[in-house]
Amino acid sequence: MDLVLFLTFAIIAVVCGLSMALQRHPVASALSLIGVMVSLAVLYVLLGAEFIAAAQLVVYSGAIMVLFIFVIMLLNAGAEKTTHKAGLAEFMGIPLLLLLLAVSTWVITKSTAAGKMVKFGAFSGGGPREVGWELFTRYVLPFEVTSILILIAIAGAVRLADRELD
Amino acid sequence: MDFLLVSIIKMLIIAPALLATLAYIVWVERKVIAHVQLRVGPYFVGPHGLLQPIADAVKLLTKEDFIPSGVNHFFYWLAPWLGLMFAVTGIAVIPFGPVVEIFGVKTNLGLADLNIGLLWILGLAGMGVYGIALAGWSSNNKYALLGGLRSSAQMISYELPMALALAAPLLLSNSLNLREVVTTQEGFVFGFIPNWNLFTGFQIVGFVAYMMCGFAETNRIPFDLPEAENELVAGFHSEYSSMKFAAFFMAEYCNMVIVCSVATALFLGGWHPIVPEAISPLVPTALFALFGVTLLYHGMNPGRPSDRKTFPVFGVIMLAIAAVFMAPYIGPIVTPLFWFLGKVGFLLFFFIWVRATLPRFRYDQLMKIAWLFLFPVSLINLLLTAFGVTFFGK
Repeated sequence: MDLVLFLTFAIIAVVCGLSMALQRHPVASALSLIGVMVSLAVLYVLLGAEFIAAAQLVVYSGAIMVLFIFVIMLLNAGAEKTTHKAGLAEFMGIPLLLLLLAVSTWVITKSTAAGKMVKFGAFSGGGPREVGWELFTRYVLPFEVTSILILIAIAGAVRLADRELD
Repeated sequence: MDFLLVSIIKMLIIAPALLATLAYIVWVERKVIAHVQLRVGPYFVGPHGLLQPIADAVKLLTKEDFIPSGVNHFFYWLAPWLGLMFAVTGIAVIPFGPVVEIFGVKTNLGLADLNIGLLWILGLAGMGVYGIALAGWSSNNKYALLGGLRSSAQMISYELPMALALAAPLLLSNSLNLREVVTTQEGFVFGFIPNWNLFTGFQIVGFVAYMMCGFAETNRIPFDLPEAENELVAGFHSEYSSMKFAAFFMAEYCNMVIVCSVATALFLGGWHPIVPEAISPLVPTALFALFGVTLLYHGMNPGRPSDRKTFPVFGVIMLAIAAVFMAPYIGPIVTPLFWFLGKVGFLLFFFIWVRATLPRFRYDQLMKIAWLFLFPVSLINLLLTAFGVTFFGK
């Protein structure tokens, strides 16, 4: 059952990822990206990381992508047109992409032994309680630093928007 | 019995029940608004218009599915079903009642018992925007596009205070699992105040803030700017007809049901009765019996000729329902259900009541309420609740 679910949603994620890169229309690309994020959320659930899955749904597919779609709709962006002007990309694009894929596959197979579970730090269990506990004890400094960083970013964004209004 | 089999049976019960409820909320809404405006509402299809939802469903199914020119076909087709899917999936984590034993099988009334129940609801609420935004964008109509844009902006803005307002009762209950949240609200304070989150501290502030956000999230009056008829025809679903229109309609009502269910579970004690446990089954029995007897009385002295036939039938049905609550095995199962559905039903009635009472806000007022009133109020409420929980415990 787990394997079936994993294969289904892994394939959906890969197909949506390809579709995101290949679609000509920005809204179609954005929707494909949502497909990738939702499938990733399902994969997180399969790994037992419930909270990360929910955060993925709420933050990425629920908030960030809504803003993407909002901006695309507001600008009324149409489909892209191919110009055939980037000569180098036309010849080197696909070989370089293949090279990148080969290198990343090699690195991943080298660095992780086959059949081993993925581990992240000292995490065990992915429920909201465990994640919250770890965030506010072991990782409290990075957590607070990140929150201050985000606060600074918000202040900067407000300042920029304010200058534009004046 | 197998977990899978039990789940499938529960799904087979809840899914049709939800769809029937959605159809009949429309009937209730039309009736309530009609009576507020001193009309009778739907009356001719079946006794007191009770078959009207079925007639409407048949009408919508057989209507021509008109697609205007210049639409983006794939997204135009996808949008209503996307919206409906995200709306109905939320019902999966709603706890309707406690763990009960039916035919020797112990199971809890409700579909899934997720540890992240509330986050799941919030995630789906966030995703629900896509149906509306895509519908507005793909319709190739400037009114629809404006409706879609308004809706996205509105839902993003109101999600924030909604999440903050919901966080306060979660602090009190110390869990994200809706079933556990309801379980912590059992019992009474001083023997007569129910131990609900609503009555703990100043949670009534959070409750009001949440309900206001709920109105905005479901695009209901007074926050129904995305489909303001006098400005935008019908907003994001202007170009939709037939079943696609029905899908939007059902999604809106389903979102209402979800919002009210979450409010019931988090603030109003879920399935826990407002009266002491011992006399809890007596309340529904008395209510339904009173209703049945009143109907029988009015059937004897009819105001309208048709009442002579219909009122006694409904009266007997109500008396039968009253008897069910006192029955030995079924009674303990349906009594919590009655309390849960009764509270949800009251909140739904409140939604309809507000729709019949209030006018629509202006767009700038809508945004001002979200950012300058609801957001600070929910934030302060959350802060005070956090202090309260830290210093006084629950």
